[in-house]
Amino acid sequence: MKKQSAASSPQETPTTDRTTLHPGAIDSGTAGSTGVTGGESFPEGVTEQEKAAIRRSKAIRLVQFHPEDRVDKPVEHKRAHSLSRTRITYRISMTIFVIIACIVAVFALMPIVLTVLNSFMSSTEINVNYGVIFNSLSGSAGGATTYLATEPHLKLIPDMASLEQYETVLFKSPTYLLKFWNSVTLVVPIVVFQMAVGSLAAYSFARYRKRGREILFFAYIILMLMPFQVTLVPNYVIADKLGILNTPQAIILPGIFSTFSVFLLSKYMRQIPSSYIEAAKLDGAGEWHIFTRICMPMCKSALYAMGILLFIDYWNMVEQPLILLTDPEKQPLSVFLSQINSGEVGIAFAASFIFMIPPLLIFLNGEQYLIEGISRSGIK
Amino acid sequence: MTHTAFLTPSLAGVMLFFFLPLIMIAYNSTMKSALNNEFVGLKNYTDVLNNKAFLLAGRNTLLFSALAVPLAVILALLLALLLNTNLPGRSWFRSIFLNPMMVPVASIVLIWQVVFSFNGTLNSFLGGFGLDKIDWMKSDWSRLVILLLFLWKNLGYNMVLFLSALNNVPAELLDSAKIDGANSVKRFTHVSLVYLSPTIFFVGIMSLINSFKIFREVYLLTGNYPYDALYLLQHFMNNAFRDLDYQKLSSAAIIMCVVMIIIVGTLFLAESRIGKDVEE
Repeated sequence: MKKQSAASSPQETPTTDRTTLHPGAIDSGTAGSTGVTGGESFPEGVTEQEKAAIRRSKAIRLVQFHPEDRVDKPVEHKRAHSLSRTRITYRISMTIFVIIACIVAVFALMPIVLTVLNSFMSSTEINVNYGVIFNSLSGSAGGATTYLATEPHLKLIPDMASLEQYETVLFKSPTYLLKFWNSVTLVVPIVVFQMAVGSLAAYSFARYRKRGREILFFAYIILMLMPFQVTLVPNYVIADKLGILNTPQAIILPGIFSTFSVFLLSKYMRQIPSSYIEAAKLDGAGEWHIFTRICMPMCKSALYAMGILLFIDYWNMVEQPLILLTDPEKQPLSVFLSQINSGEVGIAFAASFIFMIPPLLIFLNGEQYLIEGISRSGIK
Repeated sequence: MTHTAFLTPSLAGVMLFFFLPLIMIAYNSTMKSALNNEFVGLKNYTDVLNNKAFLLAGRNTLLFSALAVPLAVILALLLALLLNTNLPGRSWFRSIFLNPMMVPVASIVLIWQVVFSFNGTLNSFLGGFGLDKIDWMKSDWSRLVILLLFLWKNLGYNMVLFLSALNNVPAELLDSAKIDGANSVKRFTHVSLVYLSPTIFFVGIMSLINSFKIFREVYLLTGNYPYDALYLLQHFMNNAFRDLDYQKLSSAAIIMCVVMIIIVGTLFLAESRIGKDVEE
């Protein structure tokens, strides 16, 4: 336990801890001793919390039974004073923390909430409010701007809630639905097959850790870290050679063999106790049996988390279709949404919201898996 | 050998779609042109390295990453520490902070446009204080704007990584440090930070990778030809793709690949050094 010595090394003069966040915490500083933890021993089966409690009571005993240890004379008075002060500081700092958290939360949610609320405006209202912005953006700001508001108004609540945008997107303008479907047909095969291919490879990397295999695994990690600016060129070259350029396969195939899932799943699989696998082997189970009957069921939550992470990543893709799938007809909604011209601004908010529904539903449904997946990806 | 069979599909795909074409590109990059197989050595590389657009794109991209990555690490750590206290409604805040990660960039680009356009909300808000209008997307302020968008999207993910790392700091050590009279700042710098260093490294790497994806926001906000300060490497590559300039593309990709390996390699080396220091 070398880390412990680093932890307890600060032997500065004990000062009263006024910044502590826990009310009623023992001001060990007044005990005037740094040797409380030295040579402590606990009976078997004592939990961490109990240990902490025992230490605290030791600290109290020091104060109570060894008055000569005290540095300051009027300790009782000072302790009472500092305790109430600690409590006040605690209250104040908590209030500040809550305020900060609320500000960050508003910042985080604002764009999403605004998109949702704006999607219930009628297209006329959108044009009146934002027309001046999108007209100047699309460069078609001609005489048409005269009847538009000169100042845009970011509005929270529509004057009159209307489902007009949704009606147009869903029933009158098939383009958006077609692009939405393009997104689905690109993302679903990538997620499904990358997980299949990736879990097989991850199993292999997790089970057999010879030197050559480790070097290959490192190459996979390097590949995973490469930005699109690098990987898109090889993808393009090979798609050109295979004659699949400008077809969905040009995006789907490299997507399937992306090494991210191999990396993450392999990290999970290495945590499966080898005794499980050895026991199965003794019973005569083959590798395939171990993989399907032991490894996969134990990685269920990992696979779910993986699926969510992959889905978000590919649902959000922009770089790949711009280069590998240049035909606007075949492009996913993630690229198409930006190509709004002034005529379509009226329905853009509804289209945007419909586009974020699938990932948001997945998030609400599988948040704990997502958090677990992210957390585990960080464990070395 | 069953385990080789398990690896085969993935390895075959990775070879075909990544490693093999990378070798082809490296080979191509030393040729005069796609049709003329005359060996020209490093000429294509010096051409790219003298290309003004490439240099501008490279500078902008590196500058952005150099600002965005440390900020993303520090702010996410602060958020994680905030949620690591007895804050009421912690799990709610965690969900809310993580939420932007799930939202596709394309879906909220409209709102950002409304906020940051010249006649936009932010300018009319600032106008209320008697401040001049700022052309957010067409001035050097645009760097700040995309930095903000980057943090908006990535802080939640980094924060979750830090939260799980903070959970792994032994409470026993923190308690004993407290009894030894270490205040909360000392407890953080001497105990928690030691345990957090691998996570800081990991979050740094992930943020670096994500910082290259800021192109999405920039492209969706400003299209193919943004203001100079927002001209990124991906813009350069897209233009080269449009001209089908294979030589430029190949050598630029190889240069970036080498630079990435150097950056990541340096980070890995630094991490293992620091890791050793921690052990001692």
